[in-house]
Amino acid sequence: MARLLDVLRQQAGLTGTKEGCGEGECGACAVRIDGELVNSCLVPAAHAANASIQTIEGVAARGDLHVVQEAFLEHGGAQCGICTPGMVLAAVDLLERFPHPTEAQVRAALAGNLCRCTGYMRIFESVLEAARRISASRL
Amino acid sequence: MDAPQTGRSVRRKEGRAKLTGQALYVDDVAPAGVLHGVTVRSPIARGVVTGIHFDPAIDWDEFTIVTAADIPGVNRVKLIVDDQPYLASDVVNHAEEPVVLVAHADRARAEDARRRIRIDVDPRPPVFTIDEALAKREVIWGEDNVFKRYRVSKGDVERALGLAAIVVEGEYETGAQEQLYIEPNGMLAVADPEHGITVWGSMQCPYYIHAALARLFAVPEERVRVVQMETGGGFGGKEEYPSMLAGHAALLAWKSKRPVKMIYGRAEDMVATTKRHPSRTRHRTAIDREGRLLAMDIDFVIDGGAYCTLSPVVLSRGTIHAAGPYSCPNVRVSARAVATSVPPHGAFRGFGAPQSIFALERQMDRVAAAAGLSPEEFRRRNFIRPGETLAVGQTIKEPVNMPALLDRALAMSSYRAKRERFTRENGRGGPARKGIGFATFMHGAGFTGSGEVHLRSIVSVDVSREGNVRVLAASTEIGQGTNTIFSQIAADALGIDPDDIEIVRPDTSEVPNSGPTVASRTCMVVGKLVETAALSIRHTLVDSGYLGAVYDREHFFAACERYVDAFGRLRASSQYEPPSGLTWDDEQYVGDAYGTYAWAAYVAEVTVDLTTWTTRVDDFVAVQEVGRVINPTLAAGQIEGGVAQGIGWALYEDVVWREGRMLNAQMTNYIMPASMDLPDIRVYFEEVPYPNGPGGAKGIGELPMDGAAPAIVNAVAQATGANLTRLPLTPERLMAAMEMSVA
Repeated sequence: MARLLDVLRQQAGLTGTKEGCGEGECGACAVRIDGELVNSCLVPAAHAANASIQTIEGVAARGDLHVVQEAFLEHGGAQCGICTPGMVLAAVDLLERFPHPTEAQVRAALAGNLCRCTGYMRIFESVLEAARRISASRL
Repeated sequence: MDAPQTGRSVRRKEGRAKLTGQALYVDDVAPAGVLHGVTVRSPIARGVVTGIHFDPAIDWDEFTIVTAADIPGVNRVKLIVDDQPYLASDVVNHAEEPVVLVAHADRARAEDARRRIRIDVDPRPPVFTIDEALAKREVIWGEDNVFKRYRVSKGDVERALGLAAIVVEGEYETGAQEQLYIEPNGMLAVADPEHGITVWGSMQCPYYIHAALARLFAVPEERVRVVQMETGGGFGGKEEYPSMLAGHAALLAWKSKRPVKMIYGRAEDMVATTKRHPSRTRHRTAIDREGRLLAMDIDFVIDGGAYCTLSPVVLSRGTIHAAGPYSCPNVRVSARAVATSVPPHGAFRGFGAPQSIFALERQMDRVAAAAGLSPEEFRRRNFIRPGETLAVGQTIKEPVNMPALLDRALAMSSYRAKRERFTRENGRGGPARKGIGFATFMHGAGFTGSGEVHLRSIVSVDVSREGNVRVLAASTEIGQGTNTIFSQIAADALGIDPDDIEIVRPDTSEVPNSGPTVASRTCMVVGKLVETAALSIRHTLVDSGYLGAVYDREHFFAACERYVDAFGRLRASSQYEPPSGLTWDDEQYVGDAYGTYAWAAYVAEVTVDLTTWTTRVDDFVAVQEVGRVINPTLAAGQIEGGVAQGIGWALYEDVVWREGRMLNAQMTNYIMPASMDLPDIRVYFEEVPYPNGPGGAKGIGELPMDGAAPAIVNAVAQATGANLTRLPLTPERLMAAMEMSVA
């Protein structure tokens, strides 16, 4: 039974979704199925039939970076980049559910996404900055 | 011209591609007709191979199969001693040693085939610990199981120990640490006798692979091409191992005449590739009644695993850093790297220094206590000062000020007030204890001793008629920011914007050999070459009259166009020249070990839960002097990431071994720090320009790995009162140490 991860990468050519561990620990393969954040290495492709799937390729709208991506770029939220697609999706998912997260909520929301490069500090900063910008744009 | 580009948090050059999923890593490309390669490995740690058994239930004609007998050239991975085979044939020296390679167009069928090949091995006694290796009951490498020895000697240690008022002894151990870059090792190869060999992959050092493949296939180096793909983390784990994997993929491609991709799964990467060397350090430290160091006698041993790989140089760095940033008239460091029957340990951020520094900084706290001094006062009395000499006889010429760094770190962390409060509150009992501790240390930047002279690194810069400025270097972007800082350095040298600079992808058919991306050398050493080559372009334009002494971007591009029209080509190269006044004796191990050092003081605050024996880091302050900072956001990111790895090494990351094999080869049970596990990591840079670095910068990458573990364990020692000597300090180890100290 094909994993959603393999179908995305090999059949749909959407290689932005990464495989870090293949056992749902690292979050590099995170995507959203009908708005729900999942690790695509643990999802049989058949479970996603007729669902709307968002991968990293669908986060920047028509070439404009999402506010989360902008904030990561400015605040050093990405280093080697391999955890980044999953991290960005987890952050986007958080901010859609909780537009004004505390740092503790950011930490909890990203607990399923491992990063070996950054020590996470700049990722937290990026997500909090994105939240501030979303709030400001809604005033 | 605009304000300098160095010193600013210019955005990561390849950041947009990484954030949108467009950056291509090796597993993201799949050429037509590609085969998937897998590796059949030794089932046991040591023995004689008696046969290879292929399950007759499947048709092996469908598969490409490679054994040692198929190797066209030399079956040894080129490195220092060249003792490690690409594929074992007669004997195996560690579990998971590669023996057979298999490829098939269908990845699942290749994996199935791997399980149907059995390597029969007649066992021989393995050696699993440093003590067993040194006991030599089984000799598994050379004459005495020792890959390399160093001896550093200053003054008369025995005499000073004999006369001293106080002598403190200690023994310290550190465990293996898994790299855990989130992108496992991977390579793609095409190879045939007619066209030569090309590999694309995840790597730090394209020219290491280049030299290795030429020897493996017995072809001239110009027939080999190595191209770096986007690389998802390295930390040293992609320094030497990629030569092995590139060789395997290329051997399968050579035999099958098809492109072959080999991408390790996480478990395979964890069991088979290199980890941080385990270590054991013994100290005898003599002080006088004023708490001044009289003698340091240090015995430092690292476990290199089954083959030599980089152990001699890892040992070297650990040896030179073993006596730390202290002034001591009598020092002896006896250092050995030994062989054991486990997969070879290798380069990992810090490269031997974190091991010896952990031991030293624990020892210094214990010596301070024996002297009746606070840890900070004891260090203050012994810090190295300009004009004094390190253990290797290097006289410090730079304006180092360790007391000031320590004071700032202690102030930022409210150390004194907290130390007193925790001592008071811990005395009242309760279910938890708190502690605060620190470590003071240094890290040499660039290759040790004459290493950079031997490397003779080269960087080129060229400019097209259209003003496309390209930096050509083999230095790889592995997340640390090479692309961005090179752009900033070149932009400042040329008086243009970082966005005007293109960093050419490391491809040995195009870029010169600027050396490996290791040893905190990319910014300081290679960045300096970028600066020099770019300045040379500028001088050429000015001297030829096409560019005025004062100019703006538009003038620069107009001058490039006119120059190229007139002369056809605008290119400059720069080759490493050692700073004047450095001397190093490889035989005696005396002299200027490094051109310069980064200096640091790190403070950790912890809470220890007395019910579960878990330790949590509540706050972390990292103060360092790394010369001038080229890009504050990237530099702070380096420090925070290194500290996080250090916290993992100190508390969580425990490689569990059974019969020479890593048992917990999964992210599920080998625990690295996640977002909830880390404290706020507060970073401060004391900026003192280094005259020989680009824009005044020194090296930075490895430094933060050195200080976290000793600071944390010193804090846990304050919290618990236990004598803690082993990393990682897991709850089990802490409980055992507490029971020992009560007993």
